[in-house]
Amino acid sequence: MNAARTSAARAATTHAGESSTYDGPVLELENIGKSYGNVHALRGVNITVRQGEVTCVLGDNGAGKSTLIKIVAGLHEYSEGTMKLRGIVRQFGSPRVAQAFGIATVYQDLALAPLMSVWRNFFLANEIRKGPFLDIPTMKRICAEELTKMGIVIPDLDRAVGSLSGGQRQVVAIARAIYFGARVIILDEPTAALGVKQSGVVLKYIAKARDAGLGVIFITHNPHHAYLVGNHFVVLKLGHVALDAHRDELTLEQLTAEMAGGQELAELSHELRSVHPEKVVLPHDAPGGIEAPELDPNELAGMEDV
Amino acid sequence: MTTVTATPTDDRVATRSATATIMGRPEVGALIGAVAVAVLFLLVAPAFRSVGNIGTILYGSSTIGIMAVAVALLMIGGEFDLSAGVAVTTSGLAAAHLAWFFSLNVWVGIVFALVLSLGVGAFNGWLLHVTGLPSFLVTLGTFFVLQGVNLALTRVVAGGVSSNSLNDLDGFDSAKAVFASSFQLGSVEIKVPIIFWAALTVIGAIVLLRTHYGSWIFSAGGDSAAARAVGVPVTGTKIALFMGVGFCAWILGMHNLFNYNNVQSGAGVGNEFIYIISAVIGGCLLTGGYGSVVGATVGSLIFGMTQLGIFYAGWDPDWFKTFLGVMLIAATLVNLYVKRKADAR
Ligand SMILES: Nc1ncnc2c1ncn2[C@@H]1O[C@H](COP(=O)(O)OP(=O)(O)O)[C@@H](O)[C@H]1O
Ligand SMILES: [Mg+2]
Repeated sequence: MNAARTSAARAATTHAGESSTYDGPVLELENIGKSYGNVHALRGVNITVRQGEVTCVLGDNGAGKSTLIKIVAGLHEYSEGTMKLRGIVRQFGSPRVAQAFGIATVYQDLALAPLMSVWRNFFLANEIRKGPFLDIPTMKRICAEELTKMGIVIPDLDRAVGSLSGGQRQVVAIARAIYFGARVIILDEPTAALGVKQSGVVLKYIAKARDAGLGVIFITHNPHHAYLVGNHFVVLKLGHVALDAHRDELTLEQLTAEMAGGQELAELSHELRSVHPEKVVLPHDAPGGIEAPELDPNELAGMEDV
Repeated sequence: MTTVTATPTDDRVATRSATATIMGRPEVGALIGAVAVAVLFLLVAPAFRSVGNIGTILYGSSTIGIMAVAVALLMIGGEFDLSAGVAVTTSGLAAAHLAWFFSLNVWVGIVFALVLSLGVGAFNGWLLHVTGLPSFLVTLGTFFVLQGVNLALTRVVAGGVSSNSLNDLDGFDSAKAVFASSFQLGSVEIKVPIIFWAALTVIGAIVLLRTHYGSWIFSAGGDSAAARAVGVPVTGTKIALFMGVGFCAWILGMHNLFNYNNVQSGAGVGNEFIYIISAVIGGCLLTGGYGSVVGATVGSLIFGMTQLGIFYAGWDPDWFKTFLGVMLIAATLVNLYVKRKADAR
């Protein structure tokens, strides 16, 4: 039995206005827009997430990926457009509401409580209770099982999360979302801090969550990771949807090219030829201070929006 | 070619020994301090050794500990309450003035004081939420407001700096029995606030360590944005913690009122720091997210022992504050040292 299936078994209860036989897309964003003061982080974004599919959202730093998922997770309210969950327009007032609708999230920038123990963090806001009290043995057991499945072993779950490595912390957060996500799991750059092996484990879990019938939103800026598991690809650029394509309509090369901005990659390799990657320099007295490489005006213009 | 089967366990992380686990508890520093202070005064103050004085020491500690428990929970939740000292006086005065002015049954005043104290706590929490200001600032404001109200209203209602005696009002005897009675336990006199203190410590420790509210408190203090993002009602938790301080201020305020039959309008100023210091000695971090209710109770005990120990030893009580300062820094250093040792093991 895998984690995704156990969580799916505890699927979110149906809410007001929902029919239990609904089989349309679980989540539809129509013309969603969001501004932070005078920064338009998102404009006119349309995304459809189906259950049993992995929807990958790609984009450069600052493209608006985190803003997008914070809207779905109930952390931010959208200022334009509509968000439909199982066909009904919703605006989540808080993450607690989003969770009650079965949406679990791993945030890129919001971690765990550093001085709190691993098991308490794992079950935070989803505690298992026996009467008014915590059922600590059960919580520790489940936590240990779920972490072991993800390939990390923490012998002392009473240890503060702050004493774990960055990768281990990330795995705890992912394991938690996978365990508690009932309808939609959102992962914001989950593999960014992980090594190759653990990235592989996370990608496998994404596939397992899909197999269990959950809608997965996988955010990354790595097209290779996305293409390994994705059914649907959305590329964000400066808050707009630059590409929205199904797997059939797209090759990895096209996706990579779209991410890098088409022929820009070719230009980059041309630019970097003068770097001589095969070169090795013998140790010698450092001149002290390395001059910044010179950029041409085109490149500088490209960086302004990032 | 040999293949190495992957071992599922990571042998670099040894299981922590039992001693390391115990030494890792936040209240260890306070316990060491309490033993040191007890030994010191047992040696230098003969009266400290008399069993009968245990009741006096515990009583002195309880008048700090009742508040320190609530203040520690609030600090673990990441906030301060600088109005905690005067809030005790406000509660006592509210009950006294209302009952005396309208010649009501004192229990009416007591209930009014409870509602008011909880209201002040809720207001602190709400103001913190809507303004987004640090609690240090918000409750400093409440501190001055309450201090002014205490003095001004007492002058208006009672014409002086203390509330009028409630001796003749209905319900006085039953209220005194509830809030300010005592009983003998062998040769030790147990005043009722000691029972309140013990009960609050037990309840506070259970809430923190054995209920989901404890997780909410730790996470609200440790990283409130992350806690909110996973669905912890952070604002509600913090408001409840401020109301907890209000509740304890009410208990202590009622004790003071019925113990002395009146309340001085200028009392309580400065006590907020004693509560905070008790919590810090007990292992609470100023940054929130870490600490212990039991530790705060031991911190209060250190205070009670010191206060009376200095008196019994015949030293000039002026030294008390100096002693406090030394205690605070020493305890914080011990806490830090113990925590590092335990983490490194
Ligand atoms: N809380 C905020 N306040 C103001 N601007 C923000 C905030 N969060 C993000 N932004 C801006 O919105 C844009 C998109 O950010 P983000 O969604 O974090 O991008 P990504 O996750 O794709 O790297 C950026 O220009 C960023 O500076
Ligand atoms: Mg991001």
